[in-house]
Amino acid sequence: MARVALTPEAAELLRRLRASHGDLMFHQSGGCCDGSAPMCYPAGEFRTGTSDVHLGDLEVDSFVVPVWMSAAQFEYWSHTHLTIDVVPGRGSGFSLEAPLGMRFLVRSRLLEVGDH
Amino acid sequence: MVQYAAPGQPGSVVTYRDRYDHFIGGEYVPPAKGEYFANPTPVTGAEFTEIARGTAEDVELALDAAHGAARAWGKTSVADRANVLNKIADRIEANLEALAVAETWENGKPIRETLAADLPLAVDHFRYFAGVIRAQEGGISQIDEDLVAYHFQEPLGVVGQIIPWNFPILMAVWKLAPALAAGNAVVLKPAEQTPASIHVLMELIADLLPPGVVNVVNGFGVEAGKPLASSRRVAKVAFTGETTTGRLIMQYASENIIPVTLELGGKSPNVFFADVASERDAFYDKALEGFTMFALNQGEVCTCPSRALIQSSIYSDFLSDAVSRTRAVKQGHPLDTETMIGAQASNDQLEKILSYIDIGKQEGARVLTGGERADLGGELSGGYYVTPTVFEGDNKMRIFQEEIFGPVVAVTSFDSYDDALKISNDTLYGLGAGVWSRDGSVAYRAGRDIQAGRVWVNNYHAYPAHAAFGGYKQSGIGRENHRVMLDHYQQTKNLLVSYSPNALGFF
Repeated sequence: MARVALTPEAAELLRRLRASHGDLMFHQSGGCCDGSAPMCYPAGEFRTGTSDVHLGDLEVDSFVVPVWMSAAQFEYWSHTHLTIDVVPGRGSGFSLEAPLGMRFLVRSRLLEVGDH
Repeated sequence: MVQYAAPGQPGSVVTYRDRYDHFIGGEYVPPAKGEYFANPTPVTGAEFTEIARGTAEDVELALDAAHGAARAWGKTSVADRANVLNKIADRIEANLEALAVAETWENGKPIRETLAADLPLAVDHFRYFAGVIRAQEGGISQIDEDLVAYHFQEPLGVVGQIIPWNFPILMAVWKLAPALAAGNAVVLKPAEQTPASIHVLMELIADLLPPGVVNVVNGFGVEAGKPLASSRRVAKVAFTGETTTGRLIMQYASENIIPVTLELGGKSPNVFFADVASERDAFYDKALEGFTMFALNQGEVCTCPSRALIQSSIYSDFLSDAVSRTRAVKQGHPLDTETMIGAQASNDQLEKILSYIDIGKQEGARVLTGGERADLGGELSGGYYVTPTVFEGDNKMRIFQEEIFGPVVAVTSFDSYDDALKISNDTLYGLGAGVWSRDGSVAYRAGRDIQAGRVWVNNYHAYPAHAAFGGYKQSGIGRENHRVMLDHYQQTKNLLVSYSPNALGFF
């Protein structure tokens, strides 16, 4: 089942970030301020573990970007499909895109039969 | 009605500089790489100053300055440190209006909040920790007649602090006051969304602090925050933000074996028991205001009462009155003293809120009021405004489970006390909660049973110093705003002293 997808604008930003930082990963954040947003890191920068769920891999050209979320958070998100988009913005915790004046954003829709 | 002039305009009480460098070692230092980023006001979206874009080199320079100052600062008497904190408080108080206007322009929040809350609380916070450090005592444990354990508190040394954008000055002060009182030197990174107002404060108080005791490095999280949080040269990291960055900071800290304090948000329930509506009196009015507190600071508060739980027997009438109260919230120019709700702090914050309103509707939640971006016209059309929004739905919906960090409340009903507690605690977070009842025992029990670090009983959104604030569950580690925060900024030194003249007889 495809749980995650990417807009063309977000894919283009990932190409730029990969050129500067190498392989990438996402971890969906919860909580306040810059939270409830996908954080993009160099692959392996954020250590996932048994308390995380691998939602899927985003394919951009020849590289893939895995998307992770904490298992506890996934219990509340599991019925929704996530599309990672990008908007002009600023803050992002330690996410890689902020210095470019962009911010990744999750757009959600309910999972449908066709997603299975 | 009074509308303050924007910073730098004729008649304004404050002016921002065109550019801010890093504040390192008591002076302003340009960024090593020479780059700056533009800083817009969320009030209009227009840029008003530019800010040093810090990197690891700047963080190292700030750490050099902090290490140079830490030893002497840590050896000052508590009376001297308390004096410094009190003088800082006095200086803020004397310039309260200027700082309030600067903060509103930076963050977008209404001027009545910065005048009445952000800055007065900052003043009091310094005074509180000035008092607390004078009253702190070590301990003596008499192990036996000839063996005594003396316990001293010592500063950690140099600490790193990463500040959020929702209360740029007050959240910095929440972290600075205990750290300085305890005798630490600080390297502080403000949020990149609100990097400027702290410098208005630093310029006002710079002469009160020995050079290097407080250093401010601006920049983006990945470029300046990460080098600070992962540095081997900090003895502790304090962070307010969200869960993924909180975990990342803990990972860095685990590599250096240093402590962290984290404040990571919430999804706070605000519970209204049926007896709230037994009279239409002052208390009922207070409870309705308590419901509407989700709009305070545009909902950009970690403890935003973003889930309202109303007992089913009063549900319809109370909710109807609460929606009316919400519709009466005056949205307008943040520098107008009558404005109750201002601008969201940034464009991406606005976009995120709108994306949550979208998923709320998709999940079948009903919008009872609001639910859209507000265009306030004129120069404010470029700003980031959302109408206060009341959703009605079910606690399993994502708008009930995720921190939107906007003026959005999700409302549901409950039948019994147990039902109320089950829904209240059905969340990943445990930072704040509200309980409203005329029955003291119900209010007490609910307050104890809700798994949150701060439960407001028959009030909401008060943040006095001397009341511990921090999270259960995924809302973080540590308690700010209280004496106990000193423990997070101090080592315990134990001297174990023998007064016996005789050998043990082992060897």
